[in-house]
This record gives sequence, C-alpha cells and structure tokens, in this order.
Amino acid sequence: MSVLTVAFTFLFYFASAIILLGTGYKIRQYALTPAPLPIPTTPAPTTRAGVVKRMLLEVTLFSSLFKANKWIWLFGWIMHAALLFVLLRHLRYFTDPVWSWVVLIQPIGLYAAFAFIFGLGGLWARRFLVDRVAYISSPSDHLMLALLVAIAVSGLGMKYVVPTDIVAVKAFFLGLIYFDWHPMPSDWLLNLHLLLVALLMIIFPFSKLLHAPGVFFSPTRNQVDNVRERGSTRG
Amino acid sequence: MCANEAVPVADFETPALKPYPVIPPIEIGSMAHSKPYVAKPDIQQKIGFPGELVDNWEQVAVEKMGALVDNSRALRVFLDSCVKCGACTDKCHYYLGTSDPLNMPVARQDLFRSVYRRYYTLAGKYFPKLVGARDMDQELLDQWYSYFHQCSQCRRCSVYCPYGIDTAEISMAAREIMDTIGVGQKYCNEIIGKAQTIGNNLGLPKPAMIDTLEGLEEDIEDETGVKVRLPLDEKNADILLVTPSADFFAEPHVDGLIGYAKVFHQAGLSWTLSSHASEAANFGLFIGSEDNMQVLAQRVRDAALELGVRRIVFGECGHAWRVAYNFLHKLAGPFDFLDQDYPIPQHICEVTYDLIQRNLLTLDKSGNDDKVLTFHDSCNVSRGSRMGDQAGGQFEIPRAIIRASCNHFHDMASDTIKEATFCCGGGGGLLTDDLVELRVKGALPRMEAFQQVVEQNGVTHLAAICAICKSQFSKVLPYYGFEMDQVVSVHQLVSNAIVLGND
Repeated sequence: MSVLTVAFTFLFYFASAIILLGTGYKIRQYALTPAPLPIPTTPAPTTRAGVVKRMLLEVTLFSSLFKANKWIWLFGWIMHAALLFVLLRHLRYFTDPVWSWVVLIQPIGLYAAFAFIFGLGGLWARRFLVDRVAYISSPSDHLMLALLVAIAVSGLGMKYVVPTDIVAVKAFFLGLIYFDWHPMPSDWLLNLHLLLVALLMIIFPFSKLLHAPGVFFSPTRNQVDNVRERGSTRG
Repeated sequence: MCANEAVPVADFETPALKPYPVIPPIEIGSMAHSKPYVAKPDIQQKIGFPGELVDNWEQVAVEKMGALVDNSRALRVFLDSCVKCGACTDKCHYYLGTSDPLNMPVARQDLFRSVYRRYYTLAGKYFPKLVGARDMDQELLDQWYSYFHQCSQCRRCSVYCPYGIDTAEISMAAREIMDTIGVGQKYCNEIIGKAQTIGNNLGLPKPAMIDTLEGLEEDIEDETGVKVRLPLDEKNADILLVTPSADFFAEPHVDGLIGYAKVFHQAGLSWTLSSHASEAANFGLFIGSEDNMQVLAQRVRDAALELGVRRIVFGECGHAWRVAYNFLHKLAGPFDFLDQDYPIPQHICEVTYDLIQRNLLTLDKSGNDDKVLTFHDSCNVSRGSRMGDQAGGQFEIPRAIIRASCNHFHDMASDTIKEATFCCGGGGGLLTDDLVELRVKGALPRMEAFQQVVEQNGVTHLAAICAICKSQFSKVLPYYGFEMDQVVSVHQLVSNAIVLGND
C-alpha cells in the first residue's frame, strides 16, 4: 500500500474517532451538568409535547433566527438545508448497494452544493459588510467559512472540472468500514477535498460547531414552563 | 409637554427620538466610562463576599468560573454554542441607545467567553488569538465591571438567538465572579444587605410601615368615604401580599398598592402585609447569587408560616415575579402548608383578573377617562415567567385588567411589546443615579415606541407592572420631553375605576 493510502486510512480513523468520541463526550457533559433553576424563555410550552414541537421548529426552520433577522435566516437556512442534502448525497460512497432513496436525491444533492456555497457566501459577506458582525468575528469565524467553502469548491471541482475515480473512492471508504483496506487514488483535488473534510471532523468537537448538539440542551428552549403546576401538586 | 419645565441637568446628550427605529453604526468605547460605584468592604462582607480585591484574584476568578460552568448547563451550552451569527447584535436596548459595540449581546458574552476559552478549551489554550481567547487581567476586569453593569438581564437577546443563548445568565455569572474576588456593585449589594436584615430594600422598619399604611387608609377613606384596610402582620389572614417596598411610598407605585387594597376589600378577601417579608424584590438574582436569593426567599416562607396564611400573592414587580414564579419552590419550598387549590405563588394581576372574570369587582371605566393608556410589558414578567394557565397569559391578563378599567387603550408597535418588549433601561440592578446616562440612553427604544403611540393614538400614559420600570420611567421620561407622572401602575387604574360603597 502506498504512503498516501496508509496516511489517509489512519487520518480517517483518527478523524472519525475524534468527532464521535469528542462530540459524545460533550453531549454527555451537557446531559450531566446540572440545570437547577428553570429558565425557559417565555412564553414557553407548558407541556413536554409542546417543547418537542418548539425544538423541532427551532432545528428545522430556525424559528428564533427567523424572528431575529431575515438575511441571516435566509443564508443560514439555505446553507444548512443544502448541507443536509449534500451529506445525504454522499451516502452513496458508504453504502453498497446504494439505498434507493439516496439514488433518488442525487440530483438534489448536486444543486444543493451550489446553494451551500451561496449560503456560505452570504454569511461570509455579512462578516465584512455589516459593521456589527465584522466587530464580533474572530479569525476562526472566517477560517471556518473558508474551510467549508474550500470543501464545497473542491467537491464541485471533481464533479465538473477534473473528474476523479469515484469507484476507487467508494472502495476506499467501504474498505475503512469493513476493515478491508483499499488504495486511496492519487488525485490532488480528491486528496485536498478529503484532507479538509478530515480537518473539519477533527475540529468539530473543539469549535463552535458544537452548536449542533448544544441547541438540544439549551435550557431556555428545552424546558417546560410548568413549575407552578408541579410545585403545587399535593403530596 | 411644556417646554418651560425644568429639564434635569445632564453631562451627556439625551438621544433624539427618531420617527422609526434605526440600528446605529458602532462607536467603539462610547460607554467604556460607565461604571457604577464599587461596594465598600462592609457592604461586601455583610452578604458573604470579600471586602476588597483578593490577592490572587486572577486565579480565583478563573477557578470560580470553572465551578460555575460545571454547575450550570445553561452556561456550558451557551459558552460553547455561539457561532457569532449576529442575530442578537441589534436587539439590546443599551446597544441601540449607546452604539457601543460591547453592548451587543454577543460581544458582552464574549468578554466572558474569551476567558472561558483561554482557560477551559483546547483551542483557547493553544491558539488564543485564533479564537479570540483572552487572559484574565486588569484590563479585562475593568471591561467586565463596566459592561456587565450595562446589561439589565432582560433576556430580549435570548428570544432571538437560534440557540436560546441568554446573556442574562452570563452577566449574572460574571457579577458573581466579581463579587467572589471582592469587586461588588454598591447599589445591588447594599440593598441585598438591607433586605436581609431589615426586610426590605428601602430599609423601612416596622414602625415606619405602620405609619405609612395608616396614612394610606386615611387617604382612601377621605377619597371614597369607605374604610379600606391595609393590614400588617395580621395572623391567620388568608393571603400574604408580598410587594416591592417602593409600593409603600414611591409614586406611582403607592397608587398601585392602594389598588390592591381596594380589590381585596371589594372581593371580601382577608389579607395582610408582613413586616418580616416586606419586600418582593430579590436582588440576589441580579448578582447571580443563589445563596443570597435563597435568604430573601426564605423570609417569604418564614412570614407565611409565622402568619399562618393560606395563599401567597406577589405585587407588581418584574424580577420579583420571575424569582417567585420560577424559583420560589426550589429556593424555599415545599409550600405544602398553603392551600393547594390556588397557584403558588400567585400574581396580584391573576387575582384581580379572576375577580373581574367572576364579576366580583365593580369597575367604572370612566374613572380613567382622563387618560389614554398603553402598556409596557416588563421584561422579567414577559420573558421569564407566566400568568394564568396559558403560555402568554402574562401579556393578556394585565391588558385585560387595563381594558376592564379604562375606555382608551392602544398597544405600542408589535416588535416592542410582549416577548419582544424593550427593557425600561433600569432593570437588572442598574436603577441607580451613578448609571443615569446608561439608563437614559437605554430607554431610547421604549421612548421611541411610546412617542409613536403618543403621536398616532393620543396616548397619554404608560402603564407598568414593575417597581423598577415605574421608578425608571419617572426618572427618564423628562429627559425625552415627557412628564414624570405619565407612568402609572396597572392597579392604580383599577383603583381609579373601582366603585366602592356609594361613591
């Protein structure tokens, strides 16, 4: 096996371990940290079912963000929805045979890549054009957007400019899953794309990307407003 | 608005009221000079904090931060989750009124988050510049003291944050850390000490209370010809009323207290005030000190037990209602000795609303025909509590009371009321003269919304259900060309409308 194959094999095992263990550790930490005083942002649902609905609207439609700012909502929602389809499209590299619904959404996943870049571009532009957002942006905020754009552009580059050997790529990743290792094609654009993806996986549990698991644990959003009903129950 | 009225002297410029809201461009450092008086050693020690800055304060502060984060899921999630999207940047009344970018909620949080990152995250330990991590040093402490006392903990930002990040939680934690290293705020900590020893924020002893209440009874009798009682420490009354001590003498608060008394009188309810728990406010909340909140909450429980009451009702006070509604059971429960058929605790507006629904109050709306009302939703009631059985009852119930008491009512613009309400500018322990510039500027968004209904609907008065809001508006209304008595208590309107006896 080539050095490249060995390196990428180790890299992806390492990156997978970091994102799974690291994020798992943070989720465990969020779950175990006490939340002694009820602090739901009211008006809040008075039942558990209501909270499930509030949270679903929050994570699927970004309901609070919609109230806050239509531009951030537009770019942010498009970016996240597109990312979902891009990720789903990529399932074809990890399943054999490919699930039929994954086959069905392939074209959507492709358009989604452009929408993804559009959304990122909008969010990035705000970091330069809106003085308030420029003020709060750290280098890491720019680098995160740069990383995502680079991943998207290198991915599209393989689709439209320098096609890569996707059969070999699929064999490599299935090999990782089933511990039956296959060579990583030597293709600079592919290698760059995958290197950046691995980097993203590694920084996930150490960065603001923790907002993804974090939102589910946010006490202002996931608490039921029923303290008086509970507290005044007899016995 | 008479132009010849004496306008308060000020060494700062009151912002101009614009016909429509404008998000101002940032002006770095424009409020860096704003700092409340630091608490003297005796004030600090009285409530369990070091008298002055401790020797190795940097280390103590960082360790305290770690301990707080370990024990607060809210802090942990909030510190990790912010993506700097900017949704909150134009939501704080202090930013809108001062243009100082450190008054943007995310930037205020980052004063805290930068330290958390530096000492408690891998990225901040090894790449501080990259992720905006900072050492805990004197310069940062100065910024903390200034800007964590420019947050009224109103939670407006948390409504709009896609992750529900609540700057109030972070500002409370920051103040607790500062108290722990010996840097406390005079106004809050002095008041907490008074409330814990004397029983109320104003330091009114029992004889003064008796005197005041007797005077009010005479006033009511003079006005209506009816003898309405304001009982104090009356054993075996049904209801213990816990109300902000400002209700005992400040205007327009006291007119609200008269309103509560008239409501109880007409409904034939037996009630009492307590000289031991003569304060609804709980400033322990503002400094993030659960210990101090607990001491004050305990006084309410002790008074209820001592007097043998069956219900606890809170008067018009915003943060007091948040603490009572959400935290009282945790801080001073269980309340199994009270009548479980009533909500524990109950808000005076819930009591009055219920009586109105059951036709037990005789209200003549023409008693308020000299006024056109609007209603200022208090931040802690709106976003930190509830009234009634339904989510949002805290918006509908006070409005229903006003509509039942007044013929003329108009709401302010929808993005300035209910869950989107703007803080009065004086909440969160900032209602002190050493912060008057901040208070005036922070009131700008509310004043603009008020100005709009004044011009379009002929509104003359702003009704409120919070002692802090009432005091704050009395102070800042004149800066914007209004009269200080244009703010009224909701139960003052009830008081004006209620028909007692034959009058």
